[in-house]
Amino acid sequence: MQTVPAPREITTEPRRSDKVFRRVVTAGGLSSLGILGLITVFLGYRGSGIIFEQGFSFITSADWTVSYDESGEVVESSFGLAAMLVGTILSALVAVVVAVPVSVAMALFLNFYSPPSLRKFLIAIIDLMAAFPSLLFGLWGFLVLMPSVEYWAKLLNKYLGFIPIFDVDVYIFTRSPFIAGVVLAIMIIPIITSVSREVFSQTPLDRIQAAFALGATRWSMIKAVVIPYGRSGVIGGAMLGLGRAMGETVAVYTVLNIVFQVNWQILLGAGGNVASLIILRFGEANLYEIDALMAAGLALFMLTLLVNGLADFIVKRTGKSGR
Amino acid sequence: MSSLSDVANAKAPRTGPNRALGTGLEARGVHAWFTKHHALADVSLDFAPGSVTALIGPSGCGKSTFIRTLNRMHEFIPGAAMAGEVLLDGKDVYAPGIDVTKIRLQIGMVFQKPNPFPSMTIGENVLSGLKLAQLKTENKDDLMEECLERAGLWKEVKDRLGAHGGSLSGGQQQRLCIARALAVSPQVLLMDEPCSALDPGSTLRIEETIRQLSETMTIVIVTHNMQQAARVSDYTAFFLSDGGPGQMVEYAPTTEIFSRPKDKRTEDYVTGRFG
Amino acid sequence: MSYENVKPRSPWKASKKDRLINASIFLATLVFSFVFVLISPLSGKLGYFVTFFVTYALANAALSFKRYSVKAAKDSAIQVLIVCGSLLAVLPIASIVFTVISKGYKGIQPHIFVEDMSLATATDPISNGGLLHAITGTLTMVAIAMVLSVPLGILTALYLTEIRGRFSRPIRFLVQAMSGVPSVVAGLFILSAVIYPITKANSGFMGSLALTILMIPTVARTSEEVLKLIPEDLREAGTALGGTQWRTVAMIVVPAARSGLITAVILGVARIIGETAPLLLVTGGGDKVNPNPFDGAMGSLPYYIWKSFGSGSEDGITRAWAGLLVLLVIIIILFSLARLLSSRKVSR
Repeated sequence: MQTVPAPREITTEPRRSDKVFRRVVTAGGLSSLGILGLITVFLGYRGSGIIFEQGFSFITSADWTVSYDESGEVVESSFGLAAMLVGTILSALVAVVVAVPVSVAMALFLNFYSPPSLRKFLIAIIDLMAAFPSLLFGLWGFLVLMPSVEYWAKLLNKYLGFIPIFDVDVYIFTRSPFIAGVVLAIMIIPIITSVSREVFSQTPLDRIQAAFALGATRWSMIKAVVIPYGRSGVIGGAMLGLGRAMGETVAVYTVLNIVFQVNWQILLGAGGNVASLIILRFGEANLYEIDALMAAGLALFMLTLLVNGLADFIVKRTGKSGR
Repeated sequence: MSSLSDVANAKAPRTGPNRALGTGLEARGVHAWFTKHHALADVSLDFAPGSVTALIGPSGCGKSTFIRTLNRMHEFIPGAAMAGEVLLDGKDVYAPGIDVTKIRLQIGMVFQKPNPFPSMTIGENVLSGLKLAQLKTENKDDLMEECLERAGLWKEVKDRLGAHGGSLSGGQQQRLCIARALAVSPQVLLMDEPCSALDPGSTLRIEETIRQLSETMTIVIVTHNMQQAARVSDYTAFFLSDGGPGQMVEYAPTTEIFSRPKDKRTEDYVTGRFG
Repeated sequence: MSYENVKPRSPWKASKKDRLINASIFLATLVFSFVFVLISPLSGKLGYFVTFFVTYALANAALSFKRYSVKAAKDSAIQVLIVCGSLLAVLPIASIVFTVISKGYKGIQPHIFVEDMSLATATDPISNGGLLHAITGTLTMVAIAMVLSVPLGILTALYLTEIRGRFSRPIRFLVQAMSGVPSVVAGLFILSAVIYPITKANSGFMGSLALTILMIPTVARTSEEVLKLIPEDLREAGTALGGTQWRTVAMIVVPAARSGLITAVILGVARIIGETAPLLLVTGGGDKVNPNPFDGAMGSLPYYIWKSFGSGSEDGITRAWAGLLVLLVIIIILFSLARLLSSRKVSR
């Protein structure tokens, strides 16, 4: 019987240049941690006063008022984000519900239906669309899309009005969370499409061919092989889109009627969005109210972190199944 | 078809070890691990200066792992560990305080797939080792020509040294990689299946190059191709794993391995009964 | 032996007859949906769109069913749906580009590229004033943001692909989280961390800092993708030649990835060049050309567009569209450059 010696410790003393290199790169790599940490610290520092003052009503109340006397001293103030948070989540959800089927169809088309020449062109177009400024979506949404969407909203209300979220108390269909949602959907379609396209294109070719060799039609192949393989990626892409939709500012501000009242009726022309609130109030806010806006920013930041964390978790969790 | 032992015998007889090339490279009781997996056990081998040693054996027998322990490329795999000693000119290359980059300058390496640097021209590729290790040379053009000449590539590329390495054929790229390794004048050249990605014609050219290079340096070549081992090497080591860690079963002059192997397992392998 | 009589064929391709049938179904459906919308209560673009695709899907399914099977019918109906979905994804972009060009071209006059708004207001006719200050401001801010974010972004990518240390997983997550930071939050952060406690004044540099935060994740993620494509054996070859890690990365890995890294930078710029919200909070948005990013309000294209649109007047809106057209052209140029370079991501 031979005895196996204990493994030797491999001592590598890197050159000084390598030590410096590794330290510099590590420091650069940690910059994202530093920046995210600083954002939390500074927004927390400025906003915590307001959050403690308001307590739970900061997220449960919908009232956002502040009044001053002649000398500029705050007489009365109430900062509640409920309407804005509900509005943010509502319009972002509408966006994801509209965008996901369209994006998945587009991703499938690009991978399995499109002629190669068209594919290259379409991919370039979709990627370009992801780089369009949000202002552009906002103005286009306001001037071009709004009349059409108003008409669709009326149809939805007429035929599906019995479902509570499609009901409206007052017949005002312009500048509703639904319209904001549709504009946001158009903004996040490129994001979800490119993520889905990427994962679909990684489907192992031998599995696709195996399905065809068993007599599958294109669709039954996609259902049996591509969708199970790419599902987690699509969900991850949708969550990324959700995060983006919740943080969008100017596009929503342009098309949405911001009202400090919790509203669950997506077709009604009254909604909210935390990011737009910040832009709306910033111009006339004094330092005291700005602290409240910082607190609102912190809440929004935490919300997007949560959604991103969730996306990461879902992709990692479901990533193993079906592969 | 001639038998492998005929091939091994057909080579020109060689003079003894060329002591002018240093005392050579020696492995003493080398083990290697990947995390918990014991990949290689207790290999001791003395590579005579100016000789060509072929390492043969079936896949997964630890021969590639072994040559990667020789120039300390093994430690790049996360979780790698080793035991034993590797002596170069009598000094342990794993001793604390050793400058690893100097070791790798003295023990060059050619990889399985040709890998010229994509951002550099043919000429820059040859001299890249000097730049990487910040070495000075008096006459770059002479060195470039000499290295390409020794790698058997000079005639084919002398008119397009400014072209990109990727424009060469696979076999030419591999000879370019050999020239690149030669430029820093190593004592030992490790070749990890250098011909496995090449066609038979290019393989023959590389083998000629190997024979010529062995006049001036020590060469260790890992190969799957027993014909190749018989054609180019002076000594052959047979590696095998019986499910456990890979071990060296037999080491002998190449002519003996292919004509009168001592171990039954070696005989089965070189006669093609398994592997 | 001669093969002159053998003609190459592609029996799997659609025959002339098939194509004729497809075209006639398409035309018939088109006519049908036109008539149907006329006589039914449906109306408008949506009406045509829906009727056409439902009928077209049904017609295709019926044809496949007659020829093959239920399974084939389902397959062709779904194919139509997928094409319809793709069209829905592409239609907005066509409409957006069309709108910007048709509304913006009136506002594009030579003088707007040499004048600023110091002597004009947004509601003035377009012949007064221009957007020189906005273009110079945007270029200045983006250039500074580039200088700050490119090193950090590429270092982050190098950490993930070259060092692969124990922070790799958390950093990959943090970079993703950072790409989700709402742009308005980046503005608030600069406000709270730099403007209120330190400078007490808006400036172009503050805008650059906010844009830097938004640009880093794009640069880092794209660079990581590019560096991952560099084959491992190049790094090994560099090390085996006696190169230290630093020299191997600097001389082999980064040059091999050069065009891809440039693409990453361009995509990062395209991401931030149209950002509006943070600039509204921290730059002050001046009306005249300001060459000093560290002192005084600085204009920018997004701010100019925002302000012109916000004025609500006819002329203001024309101004806004002209500004958007300029911005869009810049983005498309940047994007085409990135495409051109990334078509040879790894020059091998």
